Amino acid sequence: MTAIRRFLPGWLSSYAVLYLLFLYLPVIFLPIFSINTAATPKFPLSGVTLHWYEDLPRTPALIDATWNSLIVGVSAAILSTVLGILAARSITRYRYPGRRAINGLIMAPLVLPEVIVAISMLLVMLQLGLSLSLFTVVLGHVLVCIPYSMTVLTSGFEGFDRSLEEASADLGESAFGTFRRVTLPMVAPAIISSLLVCFTISLDEFIIAFFLTGTEATLPIYIWGQLRFAAKLPGVLALGTLLLFASFLLMTIAEILRRRAARRTQNEGGLYA
Amino acid sequence: MLERVQSERTQSDRTMIEIRDVTRSYGAFKALDNASLTIREGEFFSLLGPSGCGKTTLLRMIAGFDTPTSGSIAVDGQPMDGIPANRRPTNMVFQSYAIFPHLNVEQNVAYGLRRLRLDAGEEKRRVEEALAQVSLTGLGKRRATELSGGQRQRVALARALVMRPKVLLLDEPLSALDKKLREQMQVELRRLQQAVGITFVLVTHDQYEALAMSDRIAVMFGGKIAQVASPKEIYQRPVNRQVADFLGGMNFVKAEIVEENGTSMVLDTLGFGRVKTDKPRAFVRNGGAATLGIRPERLRVLWDTATAKFEVAGKVVERHYFGEITHLIVEIPGLEKPLSVTETNDFGADDIPVGAPIRLAYDPEALVAMAD
Repeated sequence: MTAIRRFLPGWLSSYAVLYLLFLYLPVIFLPIFSINTAATPKFPLSGVTLHWYEDLPRTPALIDATWNSLIVGVSAAILSTVLGILAARSITRYRYPGRRAINGLIMAPLVLPEVIVAISMLLVMLQLGLSLSLFTVVLGHVLVCIPYSMTVLTSGFEGFDRSLEEASADLGESAFGTFRRVTLPMVAPAIISSLLVCFTISLDEFIIAFFLTGTEATLPIYIWGQLRFAAKLPGVLALGTLLLFASFLLMTIAEILRRRAARRTQNEGGLYA
Repeated sequence: MLERVQSERTQSDRTMIEIRDVTRSYGAFKALDNASLTIREGEFFSLLGPSGCGKTTLLRMIAGFDTPTSGSIAVDGQPMDGIPANRRPTNMVFQSYAIFPHLNVEQNVAYGLRRLRLDAGEEKRRVEEALAQVSLTGLGKRRATELSGGQRQRVALARALVMRPKVLLLDEPLSALDKKLREQMQVELRRLQQAVGITFVLVTHDQYEALAMSDRIAVMFGGKIAQVASPKEIYQRPVNRQVADFLGGMNFVKAEIVEENGTSMVLDTLGFGRVKTDKPRAFVRNGGAATLGIRPERLRVLWDTATAKFEVAGKVVERHYFGEITHLIVEIPGLEKPLSVTETNDFGADDIPVGAPIRLAYDPEALVAMAD
């Protein structure tokens, strides 16, 4: 028994290290090979250069793809956050039959195979007679973003004490004034967090964009196209590194804001404060 | 006998809140059933009752968060029909305190002043004054999330008082505090109310809280007001068994009405014999039967050879020790239920053996007749 106990902590920490390596090794390789002078990704590195990064802004197709991604990302983020606010408010504020079922249905796209969702959406778009464009990509991204937006927003809205709004009215404030001075400041971090999460997901999303876009490529689709040429690989790695850091940064900010929003609403009540 | 001074401060007889025939229904359920009540200016008034009795519904209707299905509410002579909460001369201390978590203490207290458009100096002066009233001077810059339960409560009070309302409404303001702090705040709230002279309406389910703080209490059950009176009268002369029971322990003894006139009545009981008592104001005769009540602390143990003019004899069947007092359960021949007796421990009531014979003294004044 004691032997096992003595052995276990060491074993557990090596397991944890292996686990993290497995998760992040590919991610670490990306920036490493993106500064390699040789076009083939293998060790040892033949030299260090920022050449591949310097080339990125000189590629017109990449600039177009970036713009497309930004347009799609911002639109999808705003749309899914607006829809998410309505749904999250209704689910956290009111009690009605079917509330849980509706919540489940909204969250379902999270576990559906994305390729199936993409194909079904393609069928629907074609049936509706919509021609494929960035607009159809936005619609697809809204579908996959809403579950994430809902998760962030419900955790921000949950426990929002109704009496805060009543207290504001009691102190003489109008309905609009209450919204501006109490409701909005309290849920703002959650809303911004939801916007960032949705934007990041849309920015990185490939399958749905691949099926639903017309001639305009988003960044992941551009990367996919570049992979056919071995010589372009370092450029792709450089671009991938930038995307990786952008996503990581946005998600971190989003999580900090989400926690702040949750803390604000959940601290209220004061029972054990 | 020393007569306790009922009210330390002269209240005006002006009506501050007039509640007339107010009913609030949710479908078939009546949260409040035809309630009428008059609350006077400068009074500390409590709505007391178990949860679901309609006390909070009534408070929220005075504040303007709920609307009567029928009936009317007037504050300071002004009918409140159709007037939203933000335009009423009332302010509320919420059960959860509802402190705005994104604002600091000062900003919370100044929240309602913003709309009054005072000049900066005047606003600051009023905030300081309100914080001083609740002993929070110097904590103005503290974040709302850094406050203890008691401090949050004080901020909620200051935030409401700074508005100088005609009526301050308090929704179970002490229920979230621990026992010691609660008792301290009871004293402070009472002192504060007397200092500012504003009409306070308190909702509580804690009978001791209501007894300790109020000028008058309305006891409510099932959406109806059962009795409105001073704490002393509510405790000593409850109108019925329900009120008596809710206000603390009470022994109930079956009685037969022998004689009844305008102010007094004569009852026959098995344990206490023939008793003459005051007739309660709200007594409505229901056949020949009535109930006689006596509080456990109004029965005193008679030691050794001591005698009293009025006494009953029986046998101790249970004894429960509570530190400063002991509860004795005493069987009296002829009574269907044993009597509950509370005795202080200064003479050794905690040493009375179970099974011992015992004699109890009582004052016939302490016997209260109730409709059956």
